Parts: sequence; C-alpha cells; structure tokens
Amino acid sequence: MTPASVAGRGGAPTRPPARSTTETDRYRAEFEAFATGRSAPEPAWLREQREEAIARFRERGFPTIAEEEWRFTSVAPIARTAFRRAAPGEGTGVRTADVAAFGFEGAFEGHQIVFVDGRLAPELSSITTEGGLQICSLADVLSREPERLQSHLGRVVTDAASSFADLNAAFLEDGAFVFIPPGLVVDKPIHLVFMSSRGTGVAPTISHPRTVVVAGRGSQAQIVESYAGVPGAAYFANAVTEIVLEDGAGLEHYKVQRESEAAFHVGFMAVVQGRASRFKSHSFALGGRLARNDVRQLFAAEGGECELNGLFALGGEQHADTHTVIDHAHPHCTSRELYKGILDGKSRGVFVGRILVREGASKTDAHQTNKNLLLSREALVDSVPQLEILASDVKCKHGSTTGQLDPAALFYLRSRGIPEVAARSLLVCAFASDVVGRVRIPAVKAGIERHMREHLPGLRDREIQEAVL
Amino acid sequence: MLEVRDLHASANGREILKGVDLTVKAGEVHAIMGPNGSGKSTLAHVIAGRPGYEVTRGRVLYKGQDLLAMTPEARAREGVFLAFQYPVEIPGVSNVYFLKAALNAIRKHRGESELDAMDFLSLVKEKAKLVDIDESLVKRPVNEGFSGGEKKRNEIFQMAILDPQLAVLDETDSGLDIDALRIVAGGVNQLRTPARAIVLVTHYQRLLDYIIPDVVHVLLDGRIVKSGDKELARELEARGYEWLEAPAAP
Repeated sequence: MTPASVAGRGGAPTRPPARSTTETDRYRAEFEAFATGRSAPEPAWLREQREEAIARFRERGFPTIAEEEWRFTSVAPIARTAFRRAAPGEGTGVRTADVAAFGFEGAFEGHQIVFVDGRLAPELSSITTEGGLQICSLADVLSREPERLQSHLGRVVTDAASSFADLNAAFLEDGAFVFIPPGLVVDKPIHLVFMSSRGTGVAPTISHPRTVVVAGRGSQAQIVESYAGVPGAAYFANAVTEIVLEDGAGLEHYKVQRESEAAFHVGFMAVVQGRASRFKSHSFALGGRLARNDVRQLFAAEGGECELNGLFALGGEQHADTHTVIDHAHPHCTSRELYKGILDGKSRGVFVGRILVREGASKTDAHQTNKNLLLSREALVDSVPQLEILASDVKCKHGSTTGQLDPAALFYLRSRGIPEVAARSLLVCAFASDVVGRVRIPAVKAGIERHMREHLPGLRDREIQEAVL
Repeated sequence: MLEVRDLHASANGREILKGVDLTVKAGEVHAIMGPNGSGKSTLAHVIAGRPGYEVTRGRVLYKGQDLLAMTPEARAREGVFLAFQYPVEIPGVSNVYFLKAALNAIRKHRGESELDAMDFLSLVKEKAKLVDIDESLVKRPVNEGFSGGEKKRNEIFQMAILDPQLAVLDETDSGLDIDALRIVAGGVNQLRTPARAIVLVTHYQRLLDYIIPDVVHVLLDGRIVKSGDKELARELEARGYEWLEAPAAP
C-alpha cells in the first residue's frame, strides 16, 4: 500500500480482490526481458524506481471501472492487447513528411525534437544547448549525467499516480528533457513531438515516452507536446510528463493529441509549482480510439497562478477521458480551469475536475468551468466537477453545462442565407473558440483550426472560417 | 411578391394560424397588428421558415414560387429577410464576417460577383450610418453584449447589407425608446424602395407614426379580420382590439 501522494487522488483507490493476472504477468515477463536486455549499467536509484514500479503494477494491475478514478473508462481493450515494444530502428519509416503533417502547417518556428515510437529520432530533431537551454533526449542525459535527473525524474509523478504511470516508470527508456536555466526567457516555442509508426511487426507497439521539464527560477518558456501517429496505425502511447516550475517561473504548456484513429493514448502530466510561478496548460484531445489524460497540479508554495484550458473534440466511437486535479496546498494561489467537449457520433467524453483547497490555503481563488456540446443523440458525456474546500477565506466557484447546438442560433444564421451544414459547423467552432483563442502560438492555433476544418464539413468555405472569432 | 392563401399553422399541436390571407406587392409596406397571442410572430416565422411550425393547410407563394418548400437559407438567398423580435446572441461568431459569408452566398445565388473584404467593409461603413450603429459594434460577436436597442439596429443593419426583396420585421419597435425608434424607423424608410416589399409586425401603432404603411391588417385569433389604410391603425390605438373580437361578419 502506498500513502496518498501530495498531488492527491480522487478518493481512496478501491483495490479489487486478487485479479486474474495473465495481463499483468505479460508485463512482468516483458520487464525481466527488458531489464536483462539493457546493456548499459544504470544508477541504483533508477533501477529501484523501475523495480518498485513494476512491483506496484503487479499488485494493482490495470485499473477497472470498479475504481472511482476509472469508473467512466474501461481500459480492457488496452489490458487484453499483447503490445510489444518497437525494436530500435523499426520506426525509421517515419519521415520528415510524416512529422511535418503534424508539425503545425510547417510554420512552426522554434526548437523541435522528435521521438518515434518513444525513441529519439536524431535526424528529425534539432538538439539545443544554447544559452544553457537544454532540449535533449532523456536517454542521453541518463547515460551521461544521470545525477542531473535524480531529483526530478519520478519525483514529480508520485508512486500513487496510476498503473499506467507505473508501467511508464518500469519501461522508461527515452523521452524529452527540457531544462530552462534560471532567468532565461526562451523566445521561441519548444516543440516535443512523439510520433508512433505503423511498426513492421504484427502486434501493435507500445511506447512509454517520459518528459521532464525543469523551468528554472524566473525563467519563461512555451512548450508544445504533440502526440501523433501514422494514420491507421494501431499502437499504445503511454506517456508521462513531469514539470517543475521553480519560484517565479512562467511556463505555457500545450498538449496536442492527434493520435491515429486506431490508437490508445494514456497521458499523465504532473506539475509542481514553486512560489509565485505561473503555469498555463492548453490541452487538445482530438485523436485516438481510447484516450485518457490526467493533469495533476500542485501549488507547492504561495502566490502561484495556474490556468488549465482544454478541448476534447470527438466523433465516431472515440472515447476520451480527462481527469484534472488542482491542488491549492498553499495560500494566495489562483487557478482558472476551462474545459470544453464536443461530441459527435457515438463518442464518449469524460471530464472529472477536482479542485482541492487544503487547510490553511486561505485567499485561494479558484474557478472551474466545463461545457460540453453534444452533436448527436448517441454521444455521451460525463462531467464531474469537484470542489473540496478545507480552508476559510477563499473564493471558489465551479460550473458544468452540457447541451446541444442552440436551435435559435442555428435558425438565425440560416435565415441570413448560411447553409445549414455551414451554420452547424460555424456554431461548433464558435463553441470551441474561447479555448482555441487562448492558444498563443500562431502555428499551433492554425494546426488545431485545420484539424477542426477537416472534421467539420461546413467549414470548407473560407468565408465561413473567417466568421469564427 | 407575397401571396399567403388560407394559411393554417400549428405549433406543438395547437393551431395558431387559422386561415390567413395576405397579398403584398413590391414597393408596398404592410403592417400587421394584433394583440398578444394573435399569431403575428407565427406568421413571420412561417414565412422565414423557422422549424417547429407545422403548416396544415394553405400555401405561401413568393415571386410565384412555393415558399414553404424552401429551406430557410434558400428563402434568404431568394431575397426573404426576417428581422427578429429577439435577435439571438451568438458568442464566437463575428457579426460582420458571418454577414459577409451570407451576403456572398446570396450574391452568388443571384449570379452577382462576390464582394472582397475591402468592398465589403466599405459597404459596412455605409450601411452602419443608416441606423447610426457604431462600426466597432457590428464587428463584435453577433449581438453579444448588445443592448436591446443595439440588437434591433443590428437587425436593420443586416437587412441593409443583405438587400432583401421581402423584409418581415417582427416587432422591431418593441423595447425601443423614442430616439432609438426614430433611428430604426429612419433606417427602414431609407430601405423602402419600389422593388422591395416590407411587412411590419407590430403591437403598437407608435411605429406607424414613423413608417407610414400602405395597408394595415388586424390579425385576431389566427385570422386577418380587418384591413384598411393607416387610419385603421389610429382607430386601433384609440379603441383597442375589443370591437373587432366578435366573429367577423361574412
């Protein structure tokens, strides 16, 4: 049993009784092969982390819908699939053009580092060390100067996170390491691309990319994490991101998830904020067959600001589940959260947003909003805003609405001559526009808008596009 | 231009229009007056094609075509315009750019060339003056944060931009103070042309002091019970509707 982490969990996990373990055994056997197959020696702390993680995974297994945190999302399709780790070099079929397709209109000006099937693709990446800014492969740092990672890797995501984070910790090989030295203002955005290939084997592949971001005291930067796959490819991207904001740091973080329509995506992001730091997150869940996104934020000192924005736009039989936790553990912190969902076809969306105001966290100012738009009778969304206030002298509010396109607005547009399909698309885009409008990197915004256009037939007309604010 | 014949329409299973007959020719302004619940707004909505109404009998011809068979957007492209009693706020949609898309859809349908951004913006400037509406206002999201008067002026502004042949103004005067009423009426008067027909749906005679109608109709319980000239409106103002409420003599 592990104690509850600082980042907290949504209620005590209910441990199911002894489970049938063929699924977990598969990973245990895989882990043994993985551990013996690793040639380079690694530091004891890392080895211990791996072993503890796989031991926890064996104990917990995959989550089931009997657990509060997973009650809306069955991961059975993931649990029953025999994934394999891609062999080194298997993803070399992924070319610059594939990455460019997700590279935000080719207009992205900034640092870019690309991982294919969880491993650095040096030929597609530009590795930077200018001005002390470090954007590089985690594997590189682990092999050359692992001590730099010791105080961060596996420290932000605590051991109570989830079985998927445990799997990531056990099988961790590579990912991105971003170090922004104190005081540095990075003028160009940093793009971390995680591509999955089609693979050359029969079984779908699994990757466990890990991202560690350390934003030094008083630094400022924009980081984009993109997750994407070759269209049609079946795979599982099991990502973990750890972010530390030191005192006074400002970080704008984007996650743009455009996995293939046959893919599974589980992403766990943990953020710890130092005194008077500012963190803004913009999360777009657009792709994948089954996607789960966790954001665990913690104010570890006074005076911090946190903004979580998110949009999930789903169709077909897509399922996307977002869980966020904002942890006001200290006074004088402000958080704003706005998540919106657009659901078409037979898709299912989940938003569970928890705001925790701990004892003594006076002068907390927290707002949370979740709004969902259902475009089809068969689409479904579960929205669970949770506000837990253990302190006095705080300002908190939350709200959740779910509805359909406003028939009055639709008629208004049509009565002016806008065709119905265009009017619908326009209203859908307008619904998303406040979240999309907060994206401050033009190329990223254009990339998301392009995705929306491709999925909303009525937006083909350029003039209709222009009408979206 | 518009021929309504024995129109019966219901909403939620309740019959509201019970046989309306109305003929409006190009260049004419008709006022339709009546108490609350008489079916005035329903008539306006049925002409514009708002979903939710069932036409059970009768027909509506517009320029000789079966209007009821057309989608709302097709009606708009053919030159029908409805100024809403309650204009809808649409956050996230630009008032002018949606109008530009609408205007160009209409122009394309008419076989006219589409306006580019420059031409369109000079048109906006010109038409904004017509109803004394601030240019920055019309560039905001559709009706969002507009006052009641601004919303009504925006309706007439949209009408001016879209240049319809048949305009139905649904209680455009309601909720306006006298200054706003003068401005709105002034805008409508400037849009009065020999080629355009205007139907004013109104509750009060006050609007008709500023927009002088050619014909006034009284709609009571789903039927037009009396038609006359502008003097009828004054009579209604003085006497109310009660004297008309007895079943009309054959």
